[in-house]
Amino acid sequence: MSEKATYRPEGINDAFVEGRADAGPSSPAEGPARPAGPSLPTLGWRGMLRWTWRQLTSMRVALMLLMLLAVAAVPGSVLPQRGQDAAAVLEYLGDHPTLGEWLDRFGFFEVYSSVWFSAIYILLFVSLVGCIVPRTLAHARNLRNRPPRTPVRFGRFPATAETSTTASPDEVVEAVAGHLRGPLRRLPTFRVDVGSEEPRLGRPATRTVAAERGYLRETGNLVFHLALLGLLVSVALGQLMHYRGQAIVTEGRGFANAVVDYDTFDKGAWFRPASLSPFSMTLDSFDSEFASDTVAFAQARDFTAHVTVTEPDGGQHSDQIKVNSPLTVDGAKIYLQGNGFAPEITVKDGAGEMAFSGRVPFLPEDTMYTSRGVVKVPDVSEGQEQIGLVGYFLPTAVVDQDGSARSVFPQPQNPLMVLEVYRGDLGLDDGVPQNVYRLDTASLTPSVDEDGETIKLLVKPGETVELPDGLGTVTLGQDVPRYVALDLRYDPSLAWVLTFSLLALAGLAVSLFTPRRRVWVRSWETTDDDGRAVTHVELAGLARGDDAGLQREVDKALAAVPGHADDPDDHQRTATED
Amino acid sequence: MQIAELSVLLVWGAATALTIALVAFAIDLGRRTEARAEAHAEARTPVAVGAASRPTLAPASTVPGARDGASAPARRRAAGIAMSTTWLGTALLLAAIVLRGLAAGRTPWANMYEFTLVGSFMALAVFLGMNVRKDFKFLGAFVTGLSVLFLVLGLNVFYVAATGVQPALQNYWLVIHVGVAISATGIFTVAFVASVLQLVRDSRDSGSPYLQRPGFRWLDRVPTPTSLEALSFRLNAVGFVLWTFTIIGGAIWAEHAWGRYWGWDPKEVWSFVIWVVYAAYLHARTTRGWDGRRAAWFVIVGYLCVLFNFTGVNLIFNGKHSYSGLNTDTTGGA
Repeated sequence: MSEKATYRPEGINDAFVEGRADAGPSSPAEGPARPAGPSLPTLGWRGMLRWTWRQLTSMRVALMLLMLLAVAAVPGSVLPQRGQDAAAVLEYLGDHPTLGEWLDRFGFFEVYSSVWFSAIYILLFVSLVGCIVPRTLAHARNLRNRPPRTPVRFGRFPATAETSTTASPDEVVEAVAGHLRGPLRRLPTFRVDVGSEEPRLGRPATRTVAAERGYLRETGNLVFHLALLGLLVSVALGQLMHYRGQAIVTEGRGFANAVVDYDTFDKGAWFRPASLSPFSMTLDSFDSEFASDTVAFAQARDFTAHVTVTEPDGGQHSDQIKVNSPLTVDGAKIYLQGNGFAPEITVKDGAGEMAFSGRVPFLPEDTMYTSRGVVKVPDVSEGQEQIGLVGYFLPTAVVDQDGSARSVFPQPQNPLMVLEVYRGDLGLDDGVPQNVYRLDTASLTPSVDEDGETIKLLVKPGETVELPDGLGTVTLGQDVPRYVALDLRYDPSLAWVLTFSLLALAGLAVSLFTPRRRVWVRSWETTDDDGRAVTHVELAGLARGDDAGLQREVDKALAAVPGHADDPDDHQRTATED
Repeated sequence: MQIAELSVLLVWGAATALTIALVAFAIDLGRRTEARAEAHAEARTPVAVGAASRPTLAPASTVPGARDGASAPARRRAAGIAMSTTWLGTALLLAAIVLRGLAAGRTPWANMYEFTLVGSFMALAVFLGMNVRKDFKFLGAFVTGLSVLFLVLGLNVFYVAATGVQPALQNYWLVIHVGVAISATGIFTVAFVASVLQLVRDSRDSGSPYLQRPGFRWLDRVPTPTSLEALSFRLNAVGFVLWTFTIIGGAIWAEHAWGRYWGWDPKEVWSFVIWVVYAAYLHARTTRGWDGRRAAWFVIVGYLCVLFNFTGVNLIFNGKHSYSGLNTDTTGGA
């Protein structure tokens, strides 16, 4: 039963199991892995290379690499990762200066692009290619193989059956062969050969059937592994060609799909600005719903951004973006990733000159949309200082007895802005890029009251409030516009990633659930105990690996024997005793 | 809220029924052990052959103890009670899950408490389904035991009131992705039990002095390590395919909801780790020197990863999959 002409990776153990299934895989006597390969000194460098390649493509090394891959993936879930949360990495480095530096040196904050993680999966895929390609070639050659010849004796097989019938041996083999082939001519269940044998071993001339099924098992296995390879290539190409931009857009405003219009923009190495489709988009309005029942008070229930898209050809249409349904424009998808309030803030300086006017996005920090924001006011009039306003926007504010304010609901039912005022050199004239959401107050002078407490200004919509220390006034617009954080992503590889994933799934299912079985039948004319002429039929089955359905397969073939005299149940499990 | 309270009562009812089932299964295993010990004394060899010559798993019919007709029905009374209380407990649990869904007005698997209910239900359903055609009652004590443990943990630690879900979860993929993930977990649970029994039985067979004590005689009543390995493999193969689908479905959903199909979120990392561990298990089975006991250890490690992915990742790490419902999400999901 040896598998001639098949490529077998070093160390694989999935052959057809003869004899009892219990002699197979898990006999406890089986020892640990033997050191493989011939001894080194006699090899020479070519032999050495061949040996290394053979090792790399062996099952054992593939297994080791898989285990390593699992272990190597874990640190990325424990330690903060730059790709996911760069701020958390900085915080970690601040908290653990020594350890953090060493971890950083070994790439533990970018595990999935680190040298060691990449080395593992690249080796794994090299091993996979080295194993799968020869196997695919061998499988392609073997696709037209015929089932192995009917063995001389059936006794040693794990599943057997016998019966006698009044039908002739020719009729028996025709009927059983037809049953094994199944109803579909083009796609037979079993590949079947019908043959004849000369008299031997005390038997007269016999008719035989040799049948094998499960060629698809190896096909599925190979499709699965090749699809994984395709998946890796697709993901890599996607990384090279993708782009993604993030933009904050307030109600009534819009943005154009151009690199400069995004707040942040990531791109792959093969990205060209020409691949940005020149459309633009306006945010008409934004709706949000929150639960008001006591059980889930203030939990988000729905977010919808109503937008108008202007296509490159000038055509316009209205659409909407929700959390689970991105908007697709020219192959790029636009996601709704966040939302908040962008109050309209106007600051006039001590000289009465307009120093700042604009919508300032405040970033929500909790479920009640207690939102933090920063206004950096430049010095426009002579002799004025730069002003920094830092504070919170509270959609539904409650001011406690002690004067502290908090938000109790995420919708703007009673909006209030609470601001602290700083003055000094904000660094706005240095030309160094700054984070617009942070104000470094270390070098600035806060405005304080007589007790030395930092002054907190409370501003309601439509109100104008004097800034302390004669710095001017601040005005909050009557309407509080909302903003949405949009994420636009273009990745031409998506369809391929999906295709290869589904191919892998299909190949996996086929390779795991297709039984690989061989069934043989032998039939000859004889006489029964009463001297009547009958046809004797013997069946045997063999499976690759442990196969619970093998006996049933043999029994079903037995049931297909025409006119067999006895109840098949008497014969089903006879010959297995040894 | 009344429906939600009724649901909780039903879960307690299910836990009670399953506890009775657990005791009955244990009694059945113990009684059958005594019966087998007698038979064992009579004829040692037939037992070994009888138990070993069948690649399929049907201990009740292959072992002489079950063949000597007269006393067999009396001995299996405990098994009958165990099976009926398991059916009852599973039915109560199903009713509890349905009521929970009605109370929340959505698919009842969107937070840890609900995962626990549905995961236990899936494990029980797989166990009961396996028993329809063949006798796998030896798994009963362990499957019901784990289910009771999970249910009581869920009621006491993970419980949250029934309510709606945030926008990111409002999608048909919640039904598919999470439903398939829980099914896979249920199947992995039963396979884990089979692999543990395989290892313990194998150690006893190969003469571990600790496992020779009389308290472990019941181990002779479970199938051979080879049969258990085959059972574990068949279950794990199904579980692995479902897990693969879970990951693919999750990636499609992540692409819809978060704008990327894969982002190494802690839950994604651990789902990947689980996938790789079970993939390694499938490779180990067919690698010379790594099959049998060694391969079984992969199942144990894989299942521990499944448990950690469900508990640890939800509670310890702060990722996009923090849907335990036990902590408040800061951004409201969008």
